[in-house]
Amino acid sequence: MSRKVCVIGIGHTDFNSMTPDMQWKEIMYEACQKSYVDAGVDPRKDIDSFITCAEDYWEGFSIFDEFVPDQIGAVLRPCCTVCGDGIYGLGNAYMQIKTGIVDVVAVEAHSKASDMLTYGDIVLFAYDPIFERPISGPVERPNYAGSPSYSKERPKPLVGSTDEKERIHPYFLAGLEMQHYLRKTNTTEEQCASVVVKNKKNAFNNPYADYEAKISVDDVMSSEYLFKPIKRLDISPNVDGAVSFVLADEKTAKNLGVELIYLSGFGWSSETPWLSTRGMDAAYATKAAKMAYKMAGILQPRKEIDIAEVDDRFSYKELQHLEAMGLARPGEAAQMLEEGVLDVKGSFPTNTSGGSLGVGNSLEATGLQKSLEIVTQLRGYAGKRQVPGAEIGIAQAWRGIPSGSGAVAIFKRG
Amino acid sequence: MTEKKEQKESYPKYAPGTHVHDKDIYERKITYTWWEPEVQYSWSLGPAMSRFLQELKAGKIIGIKCNRCRRVIVPPRMFCEYCYGPTSDWVYLKDTGTVETFSLSYLDADARRIEEPILIGVISIDGASPKHGFMHYFGEMKPEELKIGMKVKAVWKPENEREGSITDIKYFKPFRGGEE
Ligand SMILES: [Zn+2]
Repeated sequence: MSRKVCVIGIGHTDFNSMTPDMQWKEIMYEACQKSYVDAGVDPRKDIDSFITCAEDYWEGFSIFDEFVPDQIGAVLRPCCTVCGDGIYGLGNAYMQIKTGIVDVVAVEAHSKASDMLTYGDIVLFAYDPIFERPISGPVERPNYAGSPSYSKERPKPLVGSTDEKERIHPYFLAGLEMQHYLRKTNTTEEQCASVVVKNKKNAFNNPYADYEAKISVDDVMSSEYLFKPIKRLDISPNVDGAVSFVLADEKTAKNLGVELIYLSGFGWSSETPWLSTRGMDAAYATKAAKMAYKMAGILQPRKEIDIAEVDDRFSYKELQHLEAMGLARPGEAAQMLEEGVLDVKGSFPTNTSGGSLGVGNSLEATGLQKSLEIVTQLRGYAGKRQVPGAEIGIAQAWRGIPSGSGAVAIFKRG
Repeated sequence: MTEKKEQKESYPKYAPGTHVHDKDIYERKITYTWWEPEVQYSWSLGPAMSRFLQELKAGKIIGIKCNRCRRVIVPPRMFCEYCYGPTSDWVYLKDTGTVETFSLSYLDADARRIEEPILIGVISIDGASPKHGFMHYFGEMKPEELKIGMKVKAVWKPENEREGSITDIKYFKPFRGGEE
């Protein structure tokens, strides 16, 4: 068990709100090819195992696993798909390398969100069919070309409420959680709006980010309420993009002569799916972080860690996750934000990439995008957003609405 | 021994259940929940697939070369799954080919029995490397005529009915040398 695991290659596409010129296979190929070149490995002979992280419903295929080998270089090689965020792929790669069965593992995750015409309905499909979907009701959406037409003979199916006005978009869950968070921690909507301002500003210095913007707290506050207290600008918009990682054992990494970035800690955790029973405090992040700190030998996370990328798919989530992971005391995250601690030049830079609010919500690629930023920072290649002398960084991702699952990865410069 | 025998008798191999009729469902005698997902996608096809479908609309089959593997690939893709390099030159192929394998389907998509079987199989396209082609229907032949290794030719939809789809080819028919 003494083998250490290193990140030896990273690759990614540009992130764009839509990519009509590229097939999903092609964005995967681009990210993977770049990571293999970065690592200096030939996927057809040097990579021992391939992991893709994808969800069938995002893709529109059943058994999506079967459609991945070509574009990641894995034809007739050990290959599997993890149904979850890309960060889980890093954990799986870590375990595979630790066993000694394989030395080099590739991990890929992507989003082709723009291929989905009915995103809200697809998210709603993740809700409990007996207790939650009937309350939420079918999602209202624009009439896209090719939508099914409903007639008198074939009426629109309605379960539960039949009043059109009572239908709710599945993101309402974030509204419930934010309400709870604000009350419990005495955080204000304006403070959450500041997260949006910071992250969209950070995104200006990230060439692949798609939602950079110079906005003010007032701009966020005056954007319309969608799920009060959540406003339109509190939500990260969807984006297309792919990220690929190559990991290897320390010896192989040294032989390749790449800069050593260790994956020194990893943890993951899942809440019960019962919305009423489970906490609203991101306990999944607390548990996952504890597991990762222990593995990485970190006793004082806030002091020992130099930089963090945490899930910010809704503005309050950044603050909630920092607190849940013990990187801020309960209710303290907003104050840290106001004091500039979380800025690129602050003492605990958080979401320097722009986070999901600035880069876009890349669905299952979210955790890899966050890990990508940490590795880029530890290598010292982050350009204008570089945090000088970053040695240890943490990436955290949540699986998104309506999940209560998440994972944490800790990276350390060799 | 007697114990074993008793046990055998107390657990019958087959226990008839209660049949459920669709009427029971309509009348809500059965507890159930129902949901019709509205999951719709519009996949961007990228350069290779888009070109392939555009060419089908024009009544042509196009492939692409991997110069490293010396392979002519159809349907075309932007990268080669064997050597992992990018593919390069476009190449027009014939609309004839060879039956690699086939099946006669006596069930339709609804699993209803049909009298005349649907003939379906995989065709290697002439001009492409061996084992490169696609799946399609066969027509203008009797089921017993269909053989592995048999030469076939595409029967296209009329130009004004083509829409840039694999079904712009109606089916493949027997191809006898010299015929165009
Ligand atoms: Zn090739």
